[in-house]
Amino acid sequence: MPQILVENLVKTFRVARRRAGALGALVGLARREYRTVRALDGVSFSMEEGELLGYIGPNGAGKSTTVKILSGILVPEAGRVEVLGKTPWKHRIETVRNIGVVFGQRTQLWWDLPAVESFELLRDIYRVPQSEYERTRDELVELLQIEPLLDTPVRQLSLGQRMRCDLAAALLHSPRILYLDEPTIGLDAVSKLAVREFIRRLNRDRGVTVILTTHDMDDIEALCRRVIVIHEGGIFLDGTLDDLRARVTRERRLIVDLVHENGHISDPDAEIISRDPRRLTLRFDPQRVAPAKLIARITAKHEIRDLFVENPPIEEIIARLYGEKKPSTMALGSYT
Amino acid sequence: MIRPYLAVFSARFRLLLQYRAAAAAGMACQFFWGLIRMMIFQAFYENAVGSEPISLNQTVSYVWLSQGFIMLLPFRVDGEIAGKITSGNVAYELLRPTNLYNLWFAREMANRITPVLLRATPMFILATLAGWLRWPGPGNLAAVAISLLAAVLLSSSISLLMTISMFWTTSGRGITLIISPLMFLLSGMVIPIPLFPDFLQPVFRALPFIGLIDLPIRLFVGHLSVSSAVGVLVYQLLWTAVLILAGKLLLQRGLRRLVVQGG
Amino acid sequence: MNAARLYIRYIGISIRSQMQYRASFVMLSISSFFATAIDVVGIWALFERFGTLRGWRLAEVGLFFGLVNVAMAIGDAFGRGFDQFYRKVRDGGFDRLLLRPRSTALQVAAQELTLFRIGKLTQGLIVLFWAAGVLNVTWTAGTILLALFAIFGGATLFYGLWVLQATLCFWTVESLEIMNAFTYGGAETAEFPLSIYRPWFRRFFTFVVPLACVSYFPALAILGKEDSALGSSRGFQQAAPGIGVVFMLISLQVWKIGVRHYRSTGS
Repeated sequence: MPQILVENLVKTFRVARRRAGALGALVGLARREYRTVRALDGVSFSMEEGELLGYIGPNGAGKSTTVKILSGILVPEAGRVEVLGKTPWKHRIETVRNIGVVFGQRTQLWWDLPAVESFELLRDIYRVPQSEYERTRDELVELLQIEPLLDTPVRQLSLGQRMRCDLAAALLHSPRILYLDEPTIGLDAVSKLAVREFIRRLNRDRGVTVILTTHDMDDIEALCRRVIVIHEGGIFLDGTLDDLRARVTRERRLIVDLVHENGHISDPDAEIISRDPRRLTLRFDPQRVAPAKLIARITAKHEIRDLFVENPPIEEIIARLYGEKKPSTMALGSYT
Repeated sequence: MIRPYLAVFSARFRLLLQYRAAAAAGMACQFFWGLIRMMIFQAFYENAVGSEPISLNQTVSYVWLSQGFIMLLPFRVDGEIAGKITSGNVAYELLRPTNLYNLWFAREMANRITPVLLRATPMFILATLAGWLRWPGPGNLAAVAISLLAAVLLSSSISLLMTISMFWTTSGRGITLIISPLMFLLSGMVIPIPLFPDFLQPVFRALPFIGLIDLPIRLFVGHLSVSSAVGVLVYQLLWTAVLILAGKLLLQRGLRRLVVQGG
Repeated sequence: MNAARLYIRYIGISIRSQMQYRASFVMLSISSFFATAIDVVGIWALFERFGTLRGWRLAEVGLFFGLVNVAMAIGDAFGRGFDQFYRKVRDGGFDRLLLRPRSTALQVAAQELTLFRIGKLTQGLIVLFWAAGVLNVTWTAGTILLALFAIFGGATLFYGLWVLQATLCFWTVESLEIMNAFTYGGAETAEFPLSIYRPWFRRFFTFVVPLACVSYFPALAILGKEDSALGSSRGFQQAAPGIGVVFMLISLQVWKIGVRHYRSTGS
């Protein structure tokens, strides 16, 4: 019996259509027109306890809608969902008792209070017994190294500090499932690493099931064994990162370091996609030409200092998947 | 030279026009409120002895006019300008080649005119159809139009002065919170100014606030004759000039303070 | 922890948060005091000019004014979470409340106890005590209890109006100002005896938004006056404030419909 089961999930929204011009706006006041948008159109997947899933897709693809249905906030049109053996929207209160949710851009901590007071209020909201609360809190405080932050009003914390406190807050009631929505967005490099390390340990040591939605492909590569790519309301792919690469492109990269500056390489089966004074990057299709054969041909013709083959970076894969030209827009999280 | 100010004005005007649904709800609320106030005055006037300084019909018109013109009152400071002042970002505004006070003034005028037009027009149509709002002759109407424009200037100068005071008050909206309700009373929004006891009338005349709503409305309902329009206008414009001057001086001091302290 | 104790915990936090902005609290309280005081000045000026209002004297209107404003100050202070609820819908904060294993109404209700309403409360109490002293009313345990009951019923009625306004947010956040007609407009109406208004208007504030039940009717019983305009019985006048409580309970049921609507359509 999987811990999370989703079958043929369908969810549509009605969106008010705006009319153009001043006259249209006046008409719109009296009679609104709606357009139906299918946020989820037959999504199915299942998860076992202790899995760590990367749930990715462009904005508006239906990521957060899925998470909201799984946590019992929203009621879908059709489909079956079971979380810990229960239908979430019929048993909202029992479901949310067992899940924790962190939104990267919104804190659940009380803005004007020290984090420790928010923790105590959450203890009362979730009815956590005092002894259990103290044990969990101390563990989390140590793991996240937030001891010195606990007595500062949350509004004075940096984003990275606040995110660590938010992670602790979401876990005080020891949920078995954790949803993380863009947990590293806007964080500095050190905080990002700390957050990732914490998620990894939580999943590995405590067996907490994690669903991670993010635009930061470094998060995915660092953490996720399994990814689901959702696109226009449907599942585009459910598998490993390598499955994802294979699905999108067979392309491999050959990186060549030259002995002489501004040298050139030409080969009928490979194409230069970037060049530095001493380094060339070529792409090729391994089914058209075996990598060993290509390397042999190139080393025979040119003076080479070093060379190696690699996969295209995951950002590019995703970007290609979404039909984007520039990979950097997909990895927005890492640059903002 | 005036073009940047016109651009600011019209951009603001179009932006505010977008909140039509909010305006419709606001108008419905103002209309209901007008009904309540009208019934209260009608009940009081059953006791009238005939020597009241303003007649029932005039008072009823006064009520509907003041409901329509309520947004003319400067009881809200422009949040964006206020934000720039409290955060110190106002310093960047100095990089623009336009006069800061005049730019803000154009913005404030749009802040006043748009909501007033949105609310007043449908309300006056309804109140006229119901027979509650009686219109004056063309002479008075022309005087009303001019004094309303002066009221917009006066209102903008007051609200800018309140905004600029935020260079010195640390607690957010500060002084405006306390002045706003008093302004309601002193401008004629609570009850028509002529209905206050006679011994209080000099107090109202000594303050600028009757220039916002009360004087234009009194011209409208015929409580003041066309011949007194010049006096009204002089009163409004003199106050406006004084308040603009004070605003400009304070802005200069505030900015200097900001620069000296380094933001 | 049960709901009542959790509510108190929340309120404690709200108060401590507000106390971090003391200057702002003082300003807002003074402003709230003045906002009510200008109505007092207006009413005083009208009585100064006209003497009486359909046979009612200033002190009698003062009783109406005091009861309704004290009730409203209390209802507003406790109902602020619902009053400001549109923000939660707009910025997605309501989802966070749904993610917690507690009733949504409890969590919204517990968001804030607004302390600066003390300004309005003070003004209301000043007028109420002044009127109580000037009027020819013998204050017995019965009349005092009835006054307290009227204030309680009024506070719950205003609270119910805030709940309805918050419920409206599930459908629209732009047109909320319409509710001001019933909250602030209703309060203005109830500052005067209901008998001065037109019949349709009286019916509206008796049967639709039952403000008359928490001010006009109990005030008549306190003053020992007969209801010549509407002919209500003394027994009804004394029981009427209970309708304010009923109104709030119905509002909370309507709230549940709104939440259900949000969960099936919200994004």
